[in-house]
Amino acid sequence: MAAPEISTAAVPTLYTNNALRNAFGGVLAFFILLLIGVMAFSIRLFSVIKYESVIHEFDPYFNYRVTQFLAKNGIYEFWNWFDDRTWYPLGRVIGGTVYPGLTLTAGTIWWFLNSLNIPLSVETVCVFTAPIFSAFASWATYLLTKEVKGTGAGLTAAALLAMVPSYISRSVAGSYDNEAVAIFALIFTFYLYIKTLNTGSLFYATLNSIAYFYMVCSWGGYTFIINLIPMHVLLCIVTGRFSSRLYIAYAPLVVLGTLLAALVPVVGFNAVMTSEHFASFLVFIILHVVAFVYYIKGTLTPKMFKVAVTLVVSVGLAVCCAVIAVLIALVASSPTKGWSGRSLSLLDPTYASKYIPIIASVSEHQPPTWPSYFMDINVLAFLVPAGIIACFSPLSDASSFVVLYIAASVYFSGVMVRLMLVFAPAACITSGIALSQAFDVFTQSIKFQLPGISSNKEVDAAETSSATAEAQNDAVKTEKSEETSKNRPSKKSKKKEKEEKPSTKAKAEKKRLLALPLDSSVISLLLLILLGAFYVVHCVWAAAEAYSAPSIVLTSRSHDGLHVFDDFREAYAWLRHNTDVDDKVASWWDYGYQTTAMANRTVIVDNNTWNNTHIATVGTAMSSPEKAAWEIFHSLDVKYVLVVFGGLVGYPSDDINKFLWMVRIGGGVFPHIKEPDYLRDGQYRIDSQATPTMLNCLMYKLCYYRFVETDGKGFDRVRQTEIGKKYFKLTHFEEVFTTHHWMVRIYKLKPPKNRIRGKTKKSKSKTSSTSSRAKISGTGKKNPWH
Amino acid sequence: MHSLRIADRSPTPCSPRRFRHQVPLHLLQFPQSRLRPRIQVVPLHLLQFPQSRGFDLEFKLADDPKIALQRYGRYLYDALILFCPSVERFGGSIDLAAIIDFFDSGHDLIIAADSNASDLIREVGNECGVEFDEDPLAVVIDHISYAVSETEGDHTLIASDDLIKSDVILGSKRIVAPILFRGIGHSLNPANNWYVLKVLSASPSAYSANPKSKLSTPPTLIGSAISLVSIVQARNNARILITGSLSMFNNRFFRSGVQKAGSQTKHEKSGNEQFLTEISKWVFHERGHLKAVNVKHHKVGETDEPALYRINDELEYSVEIYEWSGTSWEPYVANDVQVQFYMMSPYVLKTMSHDKKGLFSTSFKVPDVYGVFQFKVEYQKLGYTSLSLSKQIPVRPYKHNEYERFIPAAYPYYGAAFSMMAGFFIFSFVHLYSK
Repeated sequence: MAAPEISTAAVPTLYTNNALRNAFGGVLAFFILLLIGVMAFSIRLFSVIKYESVIHEFDPYFNYRVTQFLAKNGIYEFWNWFDDRTWYPLGRVIGGTVYPGLTLTAGTIWWFLNSLNIPLSVETVCVFTAPIFSAFASWATYLLTKEVKGTGAGLTAAALLAMVPSYISRSVAGSYDNEAVAIFALIFTFYLYIKTLNTGSLFYATLNSIAYFYMVCSWGGYTFIINLIPMHVLLCIVTGRFSSRLYIAYAPLVVLGTLLAALVPVVGFNAVMTSEHFASFLVFIILHVVAFVYYIKGTLTPKMFKVAVTLVVSVGLAVCCAVIAVLIALVASSPTKGWSGRSLSLLDPTYASKYIPIIASVSEHQPPTWPSYFMDINVLAFLVPAGIIACFSPLSDASSFVVLYIAASVYFSGVMVRLMLVFAPAACITSGIALSQAFDVFTQSIKFQLPGISSNKEVDAAETSSATAEAQNDAVKTEKSEETSKNRPSKKSKKKEKEEKPSTKAKAEKKRLLALPLDSSVISLLLLILLGAFYVVHCVWAAAEAYSAPSIVLTSRSHDGLHVFDDFREAYAWLRHNTDVDDKVASWWDYGYQTTAMANRTVIVDNNTWNNTHIATVGTAMSSPEKAAWEIFHSLDVKYVLVVFGGLVGYPSDDINKFLWMVRIGGGVFPHIKEPDYLRDGQYRIDSQATPTMLNCLMYKLCYYRFVETDGKGFDRVRQTEIGKKYFKLTHFEEVFTTHHWMVRIYKLKPPKNRIRGKTKKSKSKTSSTSSRAKISGTGKKNPWH
Repeated sequence: MHSLRIADRSPTPCSPRRFRHQVPLHLLQFPQSRLRPRIQVVPLHLLQFPQSRGFDLEFKLADDPKIALQRYGRYLYDALILFCPSVERFGGSIDLAAIIDFFDSGHDLIIAADSNASDLIREVGNECGVEFDEDPLAVVIDHISYAVSETEGDHTLIASDDLIKSDVILGSKRIVAPILFRGIGHSLNPANNWYVLKVLSASPSAYSANPKSKLSTPPTLIGSAISLVSIVQARNNARILITGSLSMFNNRFFRSGVQKAGSQTKHEKSGNEQFLTEISKWVFHERGHLKAVNVKHHKVGETDEPALYRINDELEYSVEIYEWSGTSWEPYVANDVQVQFYMMSPYVLKTMSHDKKGLFSTSFKVPDVYGVFQFKVEYQKLGYTSLSLSKQIPVRPYKHNEYERFIPAAYPYYGAAFSMMAGFFIFSFVHLYSK
C-alpha cells in the first residue's frame, strides 16, 4: 500500500531518472511499516507474558461480556438486548446505550476466525484486539503524517505512535476498551479528511464519512472529530484558503456523517439535537455562504460585487442575529444548556467538580499533573513545539490541520487525564515531523559539507522523504496559486512537472544557505538519536512495568519475594459459587461490571453511570448508619454487600479512600448526608479523632469489622494509622466471606426481624417508666386518680 | 403449612399432685397421627382443650434437669406452654435464648404470667413486644367492672368482655359471658402494632397497682391501655398467646358463674373456657392459616410462562390460596386479595377475583416502563397468617422491529424527502444537459 504511493510521489521530483532507487525506498518503507506494526503489537504483550491472558480493569469486563453475548446470540439479539442483571431493578437496554464499534469489531474477528476453523475463544480475541488495532493505528498515523509532511515524517510518526506510553496504557493486551479501536478510527478519519483535502476526491470524502461512522460506533470521543474538522474548515476560510477541495472534504462529511451517526442507537437524534454537533452545522452553513460568495464573485463585475456584498451583509447580519437569538433561546431553555456534563467539564474545567460529583469522582476525569505528561508522552513534549514550527514552514491546509489538532488536544488533555489519549497521536505526528525535519537538515548539511560526495548520489531515506515532502509542499503551493480552477489529479501532476525545474534549483540554493557546520550537525544527529533511544527505553519500561498490570490481579515485591494478590477473582468466584443466581449484590459502582461479568450476579449500580439517583442511593446507604443502610438495601432487594478494603495489605484504591465521593454523590441527591459530618476540621480521617458519623457509617463498619483481630491494634496500612473504633458488632449484616488478603469483604443482609421487641432491658425501662410517669403527672387533669 | 411433627418421644405422665406446689412447664406436642391423648391429667389448670383435639401433651416440671426443646439440632415439639410465672431459671437446656429460638424457628407459644412474674418470663414477654408492669406485686384492679363474688374483695378479680372483634381469632360463635381474670397487666410496644394484638383488654376504669400498699404515685398502666391477654404473630407466622393471669386457666374459673359489677345478668358459666379454647385453636394454627400455591402468569391467550414480558403486554396472573380448617385445606374466600406489579413501587395494584375454589386471578396490562418487576402478593389480614409472594420478571422495551413501520403522521416527511431527491435529480439533469 505504501510502496506504490511513495514511488508515484517520488516520480516528479528531482530524481526522475532514479526510479530504481525510489522503488527501493518504497520497499524499505513498506518493511519499516511492517516492523512498526509488529513492534506496536508486541510491545503490548507484556501484560500477557508477565501476568496472563485476561481482560483488564473494569470497563473491559463489560465489553467482554457484551462480546460474549454478541458471539452467542447474534447481532439482532445484541441490538435489542435488555440486560436485567444490572442497575436492578431498572435494568439497562444494552443495545441502545453502548457504543457498539469495539464489540462488533471483536465479534467480527471472532466470527471470521471461527469460520476459518481457527477455534479461538471470545476472550482471546478480546484480549488481542487492542494490540492489533494499535498496529493499525500506527499505520494510519503514517498515512496521515505522509499526507502532511512526506514519507520520512510519516515513518517517524508511526514509529513514535507505536510505542507512545499514553496509548499503550489504554491498549495493552487485555485492555479491551473502546479507546483500543477508537484511536485508530480517529487517526484514520483525520487521514481521510486530509487526503480528501489534498486531492479533492469525492471517493475519499465518502470513505471519510464511513471512517467517521466507525468512529461514532466506537467511542463518544467522536465529538472531538465533529468539532475539530469544522474548526479547521473555519480556519481555512478565515485565512483565505477556501477551495473546492475544502468544500468536498467537508460538506459530504457533515451530510453523510450525520446521517450515518444517527444510525448508531446510542447517538440517534443526538446527532442533530445536542450542542456538541451544532458547530459542524454552523460551519456547514458558513461554508455554503462562502462558496456562494466566491461563485457570485466569479460571475459579477467587481463593482457589482461590492454592491451585492453590502446588500447581502446587511440583510445577512439581520438574519444571523435572529437565528442566533433563536438558537440561544432554545439552548438556554434546556436545563444543562444543551450540553452534556462531560462536555461542559471540557469547556469549563471546574464545572464537573462544582456540580457533578459523579463525573469528578472518576480519576480519569481529573486534570493531569505535569509529571503525567512526562510519563505519558516523554520526550515528545519537547519535540512538539519544534514540530509545530516545522508545520508552519510552509503552512499548508494539511499542516494547519495538524497545528489545530495539537492545540485543541493539548487543551483537552489539560482538562481531563483521559484525553491524553487524543493528545498522544497529535504529539506523535508533530514530533515525527520535527524529528524528520531535523534529520533532513542535519543530513543535508553533512552531505553538502562532506567533500567528494556529489549531491546526486548521496541520498538516504530521509533525503528522499524530505524531497518528496517538499515536492508535495510545492505542489500544494502551486495548487493554491490556481485554486479556483478545478484540479484533477492528472492535470495537477502535469503542472507540477512544468514548475519543477526552477523550484528545485531555488531549493538547492536555499539548502546551501541553510547548511550547518559539519561537526555541529553530527553532534546534533547523535543527540537526536540519543533522545530517540531514551524515548524507546522509557516506552519499553512503561509498557513492561507501569501499564501492564491487569488491576484485577495485583503483585507486590518485598524483601521476601513476589506477592500476588488475587483477591478480586477469589471474591467473585465465591459469589458465583455460593449465592443464588438471582441474588442482588450491592457495591460501589466501580465493581459493578466485574461483578456481573465474573460473578454473574445482579448488581445495583455499575460503571455505566447513567443514573445518578441510583448511585446516590447506594452512596447514601454506604454513608448511613447500619440500620438506615439496611433499610435502603432491603428496599432494593439486596442480598449481599461487597466492599473493597485495602487496609491490611496497603492497597490504596479501596472503598475507604473512595468514600468521600460516596458521601458527596449521596449528599447531592439526599441532603441529609452532609460531607462536613464525615470530616474532622476539614480532614478526612478514620482514627480516634474521626467524627462519630464517620465511625458509625456502614462503610466504616463493613471495612473494619473484626479488623482489630488481625494485629491486635487495627493498624490501617493505607491510611497509616490505627483505626478509631475497633470493637463493634454488626446488627443488621453478617460477614459471609473475606478474601485471603482481606481486600474484598462480602456481607449478607440479615433477614428482617421476625418480631419486634418490647421497649427495654431493665435499666432502660426504669427511665422510660419514670418518664412516662412524669408525663402522666404532667397531664394530671386527664388522670382519673386525682 | 405448619409441619406436624412425628412424635419421636413418648410422653411421660407426671403426678398431678406436684402441680399443686410447683408450677410446671408444659410441653405440648402435635402428633402426626391424631392419636387420642395419652394423658388424662386434669390438674389445677385445666388443659383439656389440646387433648380433646388430638394433641400429644408432655408435661415437665420447670426445674426438671432433663428438659430440652431440641435434640440433635431438631426440635422435639411444635408448641410450648409455659405455666410457670415465677420460675427464675429452667432446668435442662432451656433458657431465654432457647425459647426465643424455638419461636423464631416457627413454633408456637403460650405464656401465662402472673403477679410476681419472674424476670425470665418478663424477658420472654419483652422479646415478643409485651411489657409487664414493672412492679412485681402489681395486679390489675378495677373498681367498676370487677366480678361480683360472695366476699367483697379488693376488686382484683375482674370480669372483662372487651374482646378483639375477629372471627378468625375467637371463632365464629360470640363469647357472651365475661372472662374472669386475676393477675398482672401488660402493655404493648406501640411501634409494634402489626405483630402484637390486644385480644382482651381491661376496661377504661382499670389500673395496675399493688392492692396491699397505698398508692403514692399514679399507676403506670391505666385504663384500656392495659392488655390482659395478647397474641403475637411473628413474620414467620409463629404465634404466641401471652396472658397476665395463670388462674384464668383454672378449672374453678372455668366453671364458676360470673356477674359483672353493675350488671344484672348473671352468667352460669364464665367465658374463660370458650375464650381460651377458641384462642388456643388460633394459636395452634387450627384456624387462620393460609397457603398459596400454583403461582402462574402468562400472556393473555397463551399458557406458557414467559421468561420476560414486553412493555404493554396483556398478561394474566393467578394464584391458588387455601385455608387450613383444622383437618383439611379449604378454598379461601375473600375479595380483598391484591396483586402488585412492583418495581420499587407498585405500578399496578389489582384486586384479584376468585372462583370460590381457591383460584384467585386477574389480568392487566404491563405498564409502559421497562425494568425488573415483581409480582407481589402481600396479604396481611387480621388473624390470618401473612402471605408474602414475590416473583421476579423482567420487562423489556420494544425490539427494533416491533415499532410501527410507517407512521401516518410522517407521510409529509416521506413525501418531502422523495420529492427533494426527484427535484435534485431533475435539476442536475437540466443543469448538465440543457445547453
